[in-house]
Amino acid sequence: MSWANSWGLNAVDLARAQFAFTMSFHIVFPAFSIGLASYLAVLEARWLLTKREVFLNLFNYWLKIFSVAFGMGVVSGIVMSYQFGTNWSVFADKTGPVIGPLMAYEVLTAFFLEAGFLGVMLFGLERVGPRLHFFATLMVAIGTLISAFWILSANSWMQTPAGYAVNADGQFVAADWLKVIFNPSFPYRLVHMVLAAYLTTALVVGAVGAFHLLRGQHLAGPRVMSSMAMWMATLVAPIQILAGDQHGLNTLEHQPVKIMAMEGHYQSHPDGAPLILFGLPDQREGKVKYALEIPRMGSLILKHSPDAPMAGLDTVPRENWPPVPVTFWSFRIMVGMGLLMFGLGLFSLWCRWRGTLFQSRLLHLFAIAMGPAGFIAVLAGWITTETGRQPFTVYGLLRTAEAASPLAAPAVGSSLIAFVIVYFAVFAAGVIYLLRLMAQPPHPGEAGPPSSIPARAAGITPAVEGIAP
Amino acid sequence: MSAVIDLATLWAFIIAFAVFVYVVMDGFDLGLGILFPLFPAKADRDVIMNSVAPVWDGNETWLVLGGGGMMAAFPLAYSVLMPALYTPIIAMLIGLIFRGVAFEFRWRTQGERNHWDLAFAGGSWLAALAQGIALGAILQGVHVEGRHYAGGWWDWLTSFSILTGVSLAIGYALLGATWLVLKTEGVLRDKAYHLCWYLLFAMLAAIATVSIATPFLHIQYAQRWFTWPNVILTAPVPIAVAIITALLLRALANRQDSQPFTLTLSLFALSYAGLGISMYPYIVPQSITIWQAASPENSQLFMLVGVTILIPLILGYTAWAYWVFRGKVRGGYH
Repeated sequence: MSWANSWGLNAVDLARAQFAFTMSFHIVFPAFSIGLASYLAVLEARWLLTKREVFLNLFNYWLKIFSVAFGMGVVSGIVMSYQFGTNWSVFADKTGPVIGPLMAYEVLTAFFLEAGFLGVMLFGLERVGPRLHFFATLMVAIGTLISAFWILSANSWMQTPAGYAVNADGQFVAADWLKVIFNPSFPYRLVHMVLAAYLTTALVVGAVGAFHLLRGQHLAGPRVMSSMAMWMATLVAPIQILAGDQHGLNTLEHQPVKIMAMEGHYQSHPDGAPLILFGLPDQREGKVKYALEIPRMGSLILKHSPDAPMAGLDTVPRENWPPVPVTFWSFRIMVGMGLLMFGLGLFSLWCRWRGTLFQSRLLHLFAIAMGPAGFIAVLAGWITTETGRQPFTVYGLLRTAEAASPLAAPAVGSSLIAFVIVYFAVFAAGVIYLLRLMAQPPHPGEAGPPSSIPARAAGITPAVEGIAP
Repeated sequence: MSAVIDLATLWAFIIAFAVFVYVVMDGFDLGLGILFPLFPAKADRDVIMNSVAPVWDGNETWLVLGGGGMMAAFPLAYSVLMPALYTPIIAMLIGLIFRGVAFEFRWRTQGERNHWDLAFAGGSWLAALAQGIALGAILQGVHVEGRHYAGGWWDWLTSFSILTGVSLAIGYALLGATWLVLKTEGVLRDKAYHLCWYLLFAMLAAIATVSIATPFLHIQYAQRWFTWPNVILTAPVPIAVAIITALLLRALANRQDSQPFTLTLSLFALSYAGLGISMYPYIVPQSITIWQAASPENSQLFMLVGVTILIPLILGYTAWAYWVFRGKVRGGYH
């Protein structure tokens, strides 16, 4: 099997391709289920408070979608947890003592919590009654957020390592756990990602609501979900833009080279840097061709002063350059999506004020088109931050090329091909099933997930009556 | 220094515990997948799926704890074993993907339900065989140089690892069959009882074969089991296996629904204890001990705090979830 070598691909390139591929598939599902779990908790809370049937219907409707998406997140996540060892064993050996415990805490505090209460959340309403059931839903929602906390802490440590020492075996070890966990970029990344997950879910919910409103169905469900989703876009999109700006300033402080790549600043600008809107970064020549730029705007945004000097990649040794074209473009895609979300939020607010929130065809079409925007923005954002960290796995300390397993290219290449085939087959089917569920409007008396119904234990009466439609 | 030694041993027990809980809990639901082809009727399959639908995800989380915990507590062992077991691990992950999504997907389609039933069965077989093969590959030892795995990517494939692969699949199938005895009734339960007899004898044959083959892998295994005074510790294991087997045969003959499952769990526990006796104190047999592989004390201590508080809590709410869905499972609606 020399095909891999004959294409000039080495084991490290293939391992990186495998991580990028499996991670990109994986992140889509948690990004959706973090937001959806919280949305379900809100729907159930509103049902418990108001007793209005529409909230229970919407809860059951989205619960079925949640169960499919969550299952795909679980199985693609198990792959991630083993990949550190299979393809990145040197990384695992060197960083295990520091980020291993963070991931162990994620399993202990989050995964078990989600998994333990998921069964009751999906199938247990009749068995445990509404209050305990709401508690289970809440635990699942909190579990998804705790999970985000730990895994983003681990990821942020790789971006902005802190609180560590290096031992005789060349391993990173913790010197101060609080500094490890709350490393400099962590709070910003956590806020940015959780808001992204909420927006992603809101845009999906909004698109589904708009789709059913557009088909002229004056059902209560689509109205409620549309209205809730558009409030989220109106309120959260501007907050997210602020959070992203703060995250960027934090990156400028701790990972200036990543900002140079995001901005396309190959050259230093001693009298104020331009904001390059678009252009073609040429890594070999070290410049952005056909650049469309606003003079001094870059310094104004990043340093809050138009004349502030900004260093470029010409101050960084070439072997430490991240791949600028990918970082540059993925960043622009993310920002573009964010601005469109902001636009959707404003437009919906205007329609709401005019009383046409449920009638405006234009708004519905806009909302439907924006359905996948959250996923695109999340993927683009992750590509920006992960590519911008290159050529390091642990920023400035451990090179990616030196972190991989001692495996031959054919081994990594074969597993990559296997994952590509399996993921496209399995997750394509899953997405089709999700879209099929979303294509149905929520009905009055909507049933929950179907597989349940373990028979009731003898002598136990269901705690509540009249819950099941 | 003694504090470090104690901590590493403690962590070896914690990881071993997580892996054991995984083996018995995901073991029975993988076993259901292994037995799936023997239950072609849709109604039976619905009941089988329903019996684990609320808990399978929690069962699988123990695998993540085993893997993640090992990276955190014994990073050197994790970084040596994962490349050594490369192909079986990838195969297991792919098997678990097919099997895991089938739980949801088979309810979402009429026309393709058979595909997902096949994915459930095939994925379960693949994961079970891969896990058993990985176990055999660990027992036979891997080639280590410095802090790295230094063997090839097919080193794991031997007749011994194939034997352990098949053995584990048989064991999982028995767990699955006894689970069905516990959770179902009527014709389905009768069929499960019938299967238990065959699977029990197959599992005993597998335990015997692996037990006989293991001492031939390394002289250290033979010495561990057959020399004085170790025999005092090791002899009770086969004796206990014989006693449990007798109890299990009686439970099957008397059709006491609740007993076969717990007795099969005991058989697994004894086999697992046997593995522990063979391996200790190595985490990569004959190459790396638990002390050589251990994380620094402050990493292990930091996690120990969490484990001490959280594992009892996890066991508590997991038990609650099983309690909520206790009792016999009847046909689902759809």
